Amino acid sequence: MTGAATTTALSLHEVSAGYGAEPVVRHVSMEARRGRWLAIVGPNGAGKSTVLKAIAGLVPRQGTVMLDGTATDTLSRKELARRVGYAPQNPALPERLTVTDYVLLGRAPHLGTLARESASDLSIVEDALVRLDLAGLAGRRLGTLSGGEAQRAVLARVLVQRTPLLLLDEPTTGLDIGHAQTLLERLDELRREDETTVVTTLHDLTVAAQYADELVLIDRGGVVAAGPPSRVLTTERLREHYAADVEVLTTADGHPVVVPVRTAGAG
Amino acid sequence: MLRTRSRRATASAHRATAAEHPARARAHTTRLTPLAVVVAVVVLVGVALLGLLIGPGELAGGRVLAEILAQLTGGVSPLSESEAAVVWQLRMPRVLLAALVGAALAGAGAAFQGVFRNPLADPYLLGAGAGAGMAATAVVVFAPAVTAWSLGPVGPLPLAAFAGALLGVGLSWALGRSTGGAGTAGLLLAGVAVTAFLTAIQTFVQQLNTDTLKQVYTWTLGGLNITGWTDVWLVLPYVALAALVLVAAARLLDLLTLGDAEAASLGVRPGRIRLVVLAAASLATAAAVSVSGLIGFVGIVVPHLVRLLAGASYRVIVPLSLLGGAAFVIAADLVARTIMPGELPLGVVTAFAGAPFFALVLRTNRERLS
Repeated sequence: MTGAATTTALSLHEVSAGYGAEPVVRHVSMEARRGRWLAIVGPNGAGKSTVLKAIAGLVPRQGTVMLDGTATDTLSRKELARRVGYAPQNPALPERLTVTDYVLLGRAPHLGTLARESASDLSIVEDALVRLDLAGLAGRRLGTLSGGEAQRAVLARVLVQRTPLLLLDEPTTGLDIGHAQTLLERLDELRREDETTVVTTLHDLTVAAQYADELVLIDRGGVVAAGPPSRVLTTERLREHYAADVEVLTTADGHPVVVPVRTAGAG
Repeated sequence: MLRTRSRRATASAHRATAAEHPARARAHTTRLTPLAVVVAVVVLVGVALLGLLIGPGELAGGRVLAEILAQLTGGVSPLSESEAAVVWQLRMPRVLLAALVGAALAGAGAAFQGVFRNPLADPYLLGAGAGAGMAATAVVVFAPAVTAWSLGPVGPLPLAAFAGALLGVGLSWALGRSTGGAGTAGLLLAGVAVTAFLTAIQTFVQQLNTDTLKQVYTWTLGGLNITGWTDVWLVLPYVALAALVLVAAARLLDLLTLGDAEAASLGVRPGRIRLVVLAAASLATAAAVSVSGLIGFVGIVVPHLVRLLAGASYRVIVPLSLLGGAAFVIAADLVARTIMPGELPLGVVTAFAGAPFFALVLRTNRERLS
């Protein structure tokens, strides 16, 4: 184990962000440890996506974001893109672009403005396609992919950026439970193999608790709880912040499971 | 556990193959292949030859061909002096001018489509053509003496047209955004309104001066009949510069297809790319408009055919549109000057071919419009 300072891959200090006069996110501070998976959870409109955008520098922001001890304000756009990979919740998928062409766009941060991709860029892309089981689809147009395949293509595009930090906004949007599980398993493998730090927003609390090492619960633009899933996900907290009737159970292996309950009108 | 391990084994096996055969991935990237370039150049040269061989008058195509061969090989010219003048002082510059105008309009069309992420964007439909036309007309009508001034190719006419083109596109963009988002239909409707308005101003200005009325009117129909080598030298530097910028920016246009947030997350500045590309495309449009008047639909037809035939990456679309646009306008001009005894305005020919094509593109993009 190394010292505490070197294990922090990402830290936010008093970050406020959002368009317009009233910031969506206010005074958010949090940390993600290197090689771990941090999930940001919270009700709709809490500001989960805005936190990711603020880290990636895609939204007006105040406060400090540190990557491995370097403030992101001191990095150029391109330097930042070599350290942080970002995939939005609904990525643009130009339907006539081939999977390879699309994934190759992820090499942009490593190229000069007028440069072309080299053979090594192509082999990095090839590698990512293989790791995400997309090798057979390399020549397919994005418009012909299924939801699961498209999400994997997006992940491949972010992966070829070769960044130590991945920010993924709801990576399982539109996937059924089986495809979502497959994608998250794959992401977890990649994270372990590459020792990447992963920060995702996830709306499914049970899934978030299964995959993430730490959760940050956000409500109305502020952090209301942070820590291991079993400590963040309590019945009282979820009832309060989600205005939902839920109960938190625990599985045999100690994972919290969030179950909706029906108290009225059942008869 | 077992499943995972076997997957990794296959993965590393795959990786080994990939290292040995890097061409495996390259086969799936959309790049400008030598074949595509050769085909485009052959088509362009073929159409240009037709443009030189065919024309009004007694001059037979075979004798023009013999003249071209003679000039290339240093042989004896089979033509009389006046016949040679027809080929080299009338037809040749006209073919070259058509090529430059076509390359400019098609390249600008591809660029506008990339910048606005809109398959229906076109310099003519977005008000760039109308803006350039309005500004050029204003110069001709209000300061006819000024048009003679120039510093090499930097004359008041192309400069005014450039400013007008930027104004037209800028207005369409601003209006399109203000009507709620940068949707495909919103931008186009804004373009319709801006084009109508700028054309109205242009018509108003043109009617003010009866001396230049006929000249301006003929020019607005679009045509290459006021030519000679002067016009070729006038537009060549602008079109060449714009073409260079657009080809260099093609990879960045591919990045813009991901949208601004994702492009920015990949380390580029979308606003800056957009500005540079828009300036280059407007410059090309203005250069074309200032010598040929308003020629529509080239910027829609050519990039779409290229997309259909060669792929969806701007690295292919931009260079092939430049070549294809040149061939398309040479061919359209050939039709314009041979289909009837008099001459048909070139803009009419391109509209005949382009408007139905536009309707087709509209149909295939209907989901995006709603």
